Amino acid sequence: MVEITSPAFKDNAAEALSDAQLQKAMRHVKSNFIDKRAKAAAALPEFGDLRDSARAIKDHVLDNLDLYLDAYERKVTASGGHVHWAADAVEARGLVLDICRKANARTVTKGKSMITEEIGLNDFLQANGVTPVETDLGEYIIQLRGEHPSHIIAPAVHLNMDQVREDFRKAHTHLPADRPMSEPQSLLLEARGVLREKFLKADVGITGANFLIAETGSSVIVTNEGNGDLTQILPRIHIVVASIEKIVPTLEDMSQIVRVLARSATGQEMSVYTTISTGPRRRGDPDGPEQYHVILLDNGRSNMLGNEFRDMLRCIRCGACMNHCPVYQSIGGHAYGWVYPGPMGSVLTPALIGIEKSAHLPNASTFCGRCEAVCPMHIPLPKMMRHWREKEFEQHLTPASMRSNLKLWAWAAKRPGIYRLATGIAMPAMRMLAAGRGRFKWFPLAGAWTKHRDLPAPQGKTFMAQWKARKEATR
Amino acid sequence: MSREAILAKVRASLGDKSAGEDAIRRGLVEERLKGHPAGILPMSQDGGHGFVAQFVRKATEAAASVEIVKRSKAGAAVVKFLRDHNLPQQLRSGADPRLAKIAWPKGGPQIVAGPSDGGDLSGLSHAFGGISETGTLILLSGKDNPTTVNFLPENHIVLVEAADIAVNYETVFARLRKKAKGALPRTVNMITGPSRSADIEQTLILGAHGPVRLHIIVVED
Repeated sequence: MVEITSPAFKDNAAEALSDAQLQKAMRHVKSNFIDKRAKAAAALPEFGDLRDSARAIKDHVLDNLDLYLDAYERKVTASGGHVHWAADAVEARGLVLDICRKANARTVTKGKSMITEEIGLNDFLQANGVTPVETDLGEYIIQLRGEHPSHIIAPAVHLNMDQVREDFRKAHTHLPADRPMSEPQSLLLEARGVLREKFLKADVGITGANFLIAETGSSVIVTNEGNGDLTQILPRIHIVVASIEKIVPTLEDMSQIVRVLARSATGQEMSVYTTISTGPRRRGDPDGPEQYHVILLDNGRSNMLGNEFRDMLRCIRCGACMNHCPVYQSIGGHAYGWVYPGPMGSVLTPALIGIEKSAHLPNASTFCGRCEAVCPMHIPLPKMMRHWREKEFEQHLTPASMRSNLKLWAWAAKRPGIYRLATGIAMPAMRMLAAGRGRFKWFPLAGAWTKHRDLPAPQGKTFMAQWKARKEATR
Repeated sequence: MSREAILAKVRASLGDKSAGEDAIRRGLVEERLKGHPAGILPMSQDGGHGFVAQFVRKATEAAASVEIVKRSKAGAAVVKFLRDHNLPQQLRSGADPRLAKIAWPKGGPQIVAGPSDGGDLSGLSHAFGGISETGTLILLSGKDNPTTVNFLPENHIVLVEAADIAVNYETVFARLRKKAKGALPRTVNMITGPSRSADIEQTLILGAHGPVRLHIIVVED
């Protein structure tokens, strides 16, 4: 299970900010994902309309989720597959292990999947005598390091090539020590060779799903490397682990969302492999798995369907929100302390592990709104982080000093005369104290702020005074 | 049973529905599954130039190599691709009758039939269709075109009929529905360019776990 370090978010973030390796690696996020997404979005005149369409599809599915789950299950069964339902992580892990045991499986290959991170599948399988092998290049690298993904689509984005080279040297001792390892290309080739053997030997392949199609009973994965495909066609058994909100009604609905997915994620018009899998191999098929299992996981989703976090269930895990988040860009994904980082994680994590363990996350936002602006599914992420802040306050999780200061401010704000008097005195006083420099290196009660940056002195007149002047001018 | 418990929680979260409301929802869901409305379809960017030209442009942008050849020259094009890349004249391929009909030049390649076991350098497939919107190929599993041929060999050569290249996914899905008669093939691969990874320092490298090269031969009459 991924250890939860979200309560230590502040320490994690401070550590991340002073980690030179990490800061170097994180530069790639800024330079790569953002420009590419912007170009891809601009190149498609219908991009905005497609976002609206994608949102409408998911809203329709969520409104009728019970019916679509039922329709989907019937289609999977009709095509010879098996659907298993899991209320939580424990049940889901147990179901996977059962299938592996019945098949006498020793090794399983895995396609990249955040849901299996969420349920802590790898450690559980390992502890029960089944060896999981991550096959996505980034996932493979972090599995060698005993780490977890720091980004939902670029799991090793926090690492530099030197680190990968060292990991491969340590892990691939059967290869000659003087082999070429100076280029990313040679490292990729090395991983390809090592993993090819694992693919061909594995008894079970486990993938997640980007979509489950109710019309056809299919699971869909969207990838670039091809490892997910080798995972789901080579072993005797293919297990799909997917949460219940992954359903789309039809092939057409899938392609509506696919059109915004890759553009938002990597800036590609289309990922290299979009693969629709339906049931086990058919009679006469020369390849493909003999068994096809889908584990439908709830793990808190049915709850979210009925509360103010329902819109979050539209998320298609493209990662655009974290790529564009100034906080994520600065601290990387591990600081968030659990499976899902960035703005989507700051909304989802409290719903899955509880706000008492993750109260820092919805506060780790400047509310600049870029996450919502780029979200292909129009998820109001800042609004939902605000909902969590309210819950945090209601449950008295906010520190006492902050609560009393907020109370003091609220008391003053409700008394305009006093408020105006106070700001009227404070503003010119602060300006005077900051004489010439316009900012403070230190200020009473603002130590946490001035520790890392200067506090600007207020400029011009108060908002109320400006408002009044404006009204008078337009009269 | 978790199934009933999960569905009960989903229904509870959706709020109490009267029998009448439920019937309306059921109607909507059935209608959508049957009618599969298309939604927003991007306009073809190359308009009058036809789908094939845009398909070639888009597939090339996705790092595939593409050529358009007359049917009688398809075999020669495959042979030339292998020779140009210093590859042995050996191919893994399924039982697709369209591939069986290829007119090979004298001493054409040696073709090994069946699924790939990972030992092949080059594979040959016939696509079900192509999509000009993004330069995407659609391939169907089965004995004609085993899915392993799409992924295991380092070089993947795919033939596609010019007439099967459509403007968007939806057009090909309509053909697929007709052919599949209710049950899709086990695997439907939508392939756009050769495999790639950017997992090391965001540097894009072609040839991750799937093919390093994807060569598309558009066959015309």
